Amino acid sequence: MFAFIISRILQALPVMLTVALISFAMFAYVGDPVAIMLGQDFTEAQRQALVKDLGLDQPFWVQFGTFLGNAVQGEFGLSYRLSRPVADLIAERAPATLELAFTAAILALLIGVPLGVYTGLYRNSWLSRFFLTFSLVGVSLPTFLIGILLILVFAVWLGVLPSFGRGDTVKLGWWSTGFLTWTGIKALILPSITLGLFQLTLIMRLVRAEMLEVLRADYIKFARARGLPNRAVHFGHALKNTLVPVITIVGLQLGAIIAFAIVTETVFQWPGMGLLFIQSVNQADIPVMAAYLLLISALFVTINLIVDLLYYAVDPRLRIGRGQGAH
Amino acid sequence: MAATLRRFFDSDLWWSFTRSPITMLSAVVALICILGALFAPWLAPHNPFDLASLNLLDAFKPPSWTEEGERAYLLGTDDQGRDVLSAIMYGARVSLLVGLSATLFATTLGVTLGLLAGYLGGKLDALLMRICDVQLTFPSILVALLIDGVVRAALPREVHDQIALFVVIFAIGISEWPKFARTVRGSTMVERNKEYVQAARVIGVAPPRIMLSHVLPNVMGPVLVIATLNLGLAILSEATLSFLGVGVPATQPSLGTLIRIGNDFLFSGEWWITIFPGVTLIAMVLSVNLLGDWLRDALNPKLR
Repeated sequence: MFAFIISRILQALPVMLTVALISFAMFAYVGDPVAIMLGQDFTEAQRQALVKDLGLDQPFWVQFGTFLGNAVQGEFGLSYRLSRPVADLIAERAPATLELAFTAAILALLIGVPLGVYTGLYRNSWLSRFFLTFSLVGVSLPTFLIGILLILVFAVWLGVLPSFGRGDTVKLGWWSTGFLTWTGIKALILPSITLGLFQLTLIMRLVRAEMLEVLRADYIKFARARGLPNRAVHFGHALKNTLVPVITIVGLQLGAIIAFAIVTETVFQWPGMGLLFIQSVNQADIPVMAAYLLLISALFVTINLIVDLLYYAVDPRLRIGRGQGAH
Repeated sequence: MAATLRRFFDSDLWWSFTRSPITMLSAVVALICILGALFAPWLAPHNPFDLASLNLLDAFKPPSWTEEGERAYLLGTDDQGRDVLSAIMYGARVSLLVGLSATLFATTLGVTLGLLAGYLGGKLDALLMRICDVQLTFPSILVALLIDGVVRAALPREVHDQIALFVVIFAIGISEWPKFARTVRGSTMVERNKEYVQAARVIGVAPPRIMLSHVLPNVMGPVLVIATLNLGLAILSEATLSFLGVGVPATQPSLGTLIRIGNDFLFSGEWWITIFPGVTLIAMVLSVNLLGDWLRDALNPKLR
């Protein structure tokens, strides 16, 4: 187990280093920070002093080392666009994105798994057919169109839900949450449906496919022959065995949720990290882009690591395979 | 010619095509989209880029079947008095162009690298597959967004506007090559050990020639299927990038750009400016995806 974790972390390191190198190359070769900081009037001596002060006269690898050291401490300099520390900007926006992503993931799981079980068990009922058709639409609709359609129906035509922003938020230390106010919860509904719909349909289809597969297995027939009630067979035997692939996909999809949060946040003007990133791309605000790039990669690498570990914990076959040292 | 046609109509592919009404419907929808986009300059009722023909008095006309609609503008007009139907036809042109080019680029790159990795093996193979692994952990839209963002930041604005279309094609293509590379590598490794390849090697055919004229034709089957399914994805990626305002330039609006522009008028009740391009996009992507699904099943002998 320990060796497995170590080997996984060692594999993740080069990835993080490559991403850091790309981020740093953006800093080093795109735009001229000295020109930005000096403004219009300056002497050559001032320029030299600033170059020395910023360490830009050092060799590339020394600069990269400094950059890495700062990045590990969460220090990414000032945003070109807003002239504020990047770390502060991201810390301000992170709760909004995380709350949105979390709600979307929970929504997808809580609705997706039961629907998948239902369509797997009663696959010829008209309700199952309806859910399946609906899931096909969910897969084909692009995220931003789902958002626009929801806004059109619920905000413009019916006027029951807000279409932008987070509503009122409550500060808990540095974390600002929208879960505690009525407007905050109302504001969360449309964005989280938009973000979660694709994942919901994906989970539903996956659970359905796995259920169909598992229900054909011999141990299910045996469980029925033993006279176990349907409930025990369906949930105790069948559903439990579908969970391994579901965990993997849900874990990996967490990354996709964060990525598509950029789109959802743009549609709903949700003040999260994705909106910050898109605004930075439009204005070539490199410090923010570099920080976001590193943060997202760290997040993805961590998620992958956790999924691997969960897999290891859930599927005993993996452990036996390694114990014998077969491969 | 006649013989080829007869062979085509006798084939299993055609048979399974005529057996599936949904596939035939999606083929018709896809064909309408492609023809409408291809012949937009001749078919479109108005030219949305001809500034002289635009009249601000015509702005925000609803679709022609509503009370205030005008017959000249079937799907209504946008904020500048442009005919929405014509804008959609020209927009679909850009969307299809970017989608096809990006898929072609991803296919060429992926097949080349996959062939090299699978045939030559060794360090090159290890390196390429490691890159694939890393890239596949990130969603492709994020990769495309990052490449587009970095290029945008690196180039001065005037230069970027001129090559924006190529940047988008490049970004989407790069984000999708690993799928092709992995598939081709896998089948190449199988083909490499077959007798006809060994025979070619024994009689002294040069490795590049073996790869191109012996191995390549035998690994292209699955590539076709992935490319079709990938086309829908590439069109969606382009639409998403353009919707976010970082895709194709505003002078060549795609369906995504039209949706973004229309989105600003959603609240004042002008829903048609954004909904019609949206519906077109869905119809296009859905029909391409269904065709891809059908092709995958039809070419898979196990499912017959």
